[in-house]
Amino acid sequence: MAPSSHQYVRTAMLPQQKPPSAQSGVVLWVRENLLSSWLNTILTLLAIYVAYFVISFVGPWFSRAVWNASSLNECRSVITTAYGDGKTGACFAVIHERWAQILFGFYPPELYWRPTLTLGLMLVALAPVLFQSVPRQVLWFSLCFPAIAFWLLWGGTVWLPVAIMLGFVVGYVAWRVLAASNGLLALIVGAIAPIAYWLYAAGPLSQALHSIAPLGIRAIQSHEFGGFLLSAVIGISGIVFSLPLGILLALGRQSDMVLVKTICVGFIEGLRGVPLITLLFTASLLLNYFLPPGTDFDIILRVIIMVTLFAAAYMAEVIRGGLAALPRGQFEAADALGLDYWQAQRLIVMPQALKVSIPGIVGNFIGLFKDTTLVSFIGLQDPMQLVSSIRANTEWNGVYWEPFLFTGFLFFIFCFSMSRYSMYLENKLKTDHR
Amino acid sequence: MTIASDAPKDGFRLGKLIYDTRYRSITIQVVFLLLFIAFIVWLSLNTLHNLEVKGKDFSFGFLGVRSGYDINQMLVEYSNDSTHGRALLVGLLNTLFVAALACVLATVIGVAAGVLRLSKNWLVSRMIGVYVETFRNVPVVLWIVLVFAIMAVSMPEPKAFKGENATAHMLFNDSVAITNRGMFLPEPLFSRSLGNIDVGIFLISIDLLAILAVLAASVMAYRWNERRVTAIQNATGVRPITWWQTASVLILPVVALLIATGFHLGYPELKGFNFIGGMQARNSMIALWLALSIYHATYIAEAVRAGIMAISRGQTEASLALGLGAGQTTRLVVLPQAMRIIIPPLISQYLSITKNSSLAIAVGYMDLRSTLGGITMNQTGRELECMVLLMGIYLAISLIISIVMNLYNNSIKLKER
Repeated sequence: MAPSSHQYVRTAMLPQQKPPSAQSGVVLWVRENLLSSWLNTILTLLAIYVAYFVISFVGPWFSRAVWNASSLNECRSVITTAYGDGKTGACFAVIHERWAQILFGFYPPELYWRPTLTLGLMLVALAPVLFQSVPRQVLWFSLCFPAIAFWLLWGGTVWLPVAIMLGFVVGYVAWRVLAASNGLLALIVGAIAPIAYWLYAAGPLSQALHSIAPLGIRAIQSHEFGGFLLSAVIGISGIVFSLPLGILLALGRQSDMVLVKTICVGFIEGLRGVPLITLLFTASLLLNYFLPPGTDFDIILRVIIMVTLFAAAYMAEVIRGGLAALPRGQFEAADALGLDYWQAQRLIVMPQALKVSIPGIVGNFIGLFKDTTLVSFIGLQDPMQLVSSIRANTEWNGVYWEPFLFTGFLFFIFCFSMSRYSMYLENKLKTDHR
Repeated sequence: MTIASDAPKDGFRLGKLIYDTRYRSITIQVVFLLLFIAFIVWLSLNTLHNLEVKGKDFSFGFLGVRSGYDINQMLVEYSNDSTHGRALLVGLLNTLFVAALACVLATVIGVAAGVLRLSKNWLVSRMIGVYVETFRNVPVVLWIVLVFAIMAVSMPEPKAFKGENATAHMLFNDSVAITNRGMFLPEPLFSRSLGNIDVGIFLISIDLLAILAVLAASVMAYRWNERRVTAIQNATGVRPITWWQTASVLILPVVALLIATGFHLGYPELKGFNFIGGMQARNSMIALWLALSIYHATYIAEAVRAGIMAISRGQTEASLALGLGAGQTTRLVVLPQAMRIIIPPLISQYLSITKNSSLAIAVGYMDLRSTLGGITMNQTGRELECMVLLMGIYLAISLIISIVMNLYNNSIKLKER
């Protein structure tokens, strides 16, 4: 081999070196995400300052929290003895002592198991609706659940909800018997029979059954309801009843029939144009004017009716958006297959339109649940009202932030988890290939 | 020979009303209308009967009767000798006032938060995320009450500003005082005022009208100048320097008018145990305003974020490829397109703010619901008339806002051929 003119030839590769510390790991991340430009640096410093300000303001207050005390004064003395004069701290003892009241209102404490059981049963009833993997037979339980919940919450004789549920059976039987001979007649009778039954037969029937077999649990008056129990009762009933009503209104608004369309548009825009609080005042003050003299039904029921109508108008607009998003071809294909109007809606249109409108529907649910706090203005004991009455109590007079924090935290948990569920559902049902 | 597809020529049968698709929709509509009318008639008859039982009639005559109650915050002349109708007007103006303030502040916070949430700065976007999720998942009533409590509990009393060793100090060179009774601000005064004109229901300050007129004229002159400059730029390729023209056209006339009318500020002063002079913004108003703004700003932030994210990446890349900077890209390319998506949800937020201003009941701000639907209703006992009027007014406000904003939306939306 001829001597090489090169002074040095590398025969072995050098081991690979780590990248410079400024180009990798934490340093790079910080440089790219926090300090990439002058503006970004200023924003970062500002954000750190805000975070520091909030934490330095709230942190010590939280860390000096007292969980066991029977009054605000005791709380303060505990904090003073532990941390010295002039120090303030959270007095979460008020929540420790009163959390049951914030949750259940003035519901008799020995009967707390009834709302709790209702909540548990509700989760069972919801399971087949929310998750596809649950056996379909459970849906029958879901259908019966409103009656069970009503009986468990309000108590009283067991025969009243049974008699009311029998109305659906009456309607179904009437429809089934007549359906073979005349479809339309069957529909009309199937709709009128249960209404007539509820108006004239259900009450006497339940009384008669009760006098034969007096089965029942202790009855609870509506004014004993309160706290998150009340919010949940109003919110969940409003949600459950407003969805079908909203679908009907949306279909009415999309309809070719001018009269139906006009009335639906008037109803939707009229309800969306006024604040919920005026509707609640109507429920508490005016409903008696519009009904036959002597009718006086439960305030919670009146509120639920108004909240349902209000939510249905919003729901109708969300669903209309979903309907508008469907391509025209879907409607035409349903027609071409020979499906009639309701078949087309049920099998082709609604599954797609509802899927598109899920974010809006859940947004409405969340809004409705938050709006249940407005019932405090017509004298119902919602969480906000209970917080005020706790603060008016001599032992806790002067407590401000703690009960608000607790109430807000619970609302946050409910609403935040609902919005996360909607995102999960959206992802699961997404069938396009984006 | 007859053609098979000829329509059968037999006469009209009753069954056709249901089975013939030509008639069916009419049948359904007639039945629906009859049911609807029957329902309305039933409600009306019940109402008439109930009114008769209670010995009441249905009339709006009470609006002309002396109200006999005071309102602590008013934009027009009002005293307890004024009529209930006047109280309604005061309440309505208060509602519109706080709603307008909240719309402006909510838009400012919301747009800033929406843009910052998309920032590449990890810390900032996370903190904005926490803000948005926290505020929108808790009822707005709670925020209103909380802000009110902060104002009423944590702020110093007026007497804390007093004396040599005062524990609290006024801000901005002794012009603004934040106390637990509200915020005291300087008020604009005119020593050579032009007086007021009486438009029948309320007085309008001519000074204010003059300032608005001069401002409008200045803006028109500015626009004309801009057009002229653009024409020069198009013709010669060089844009003349105009900042001094802009400044003089926009600022000088107003300043001249303010000097001519003797404009000065009336500062609040501590007399005895409270502040005298200046304007007082009550805690109730500030709480309602701030809470509505902060709460609805989260929704606006989400709308802004969705609007910006909907602009395809290619638009930004094309703009960067053309040599525009990041700021110019946002201002000239992304935002104009995103606006078209942002405007409709923004309209619905403005409507929500207006309706939610009725939550003034939580802090005792004297809005339309508190005057007409509150004290007036309780004093006169006319629930039906008051509620009808209240709902009608809110409905009218909502419809007007949505019409105006929809016109605006139509004017800026993409013109497609």
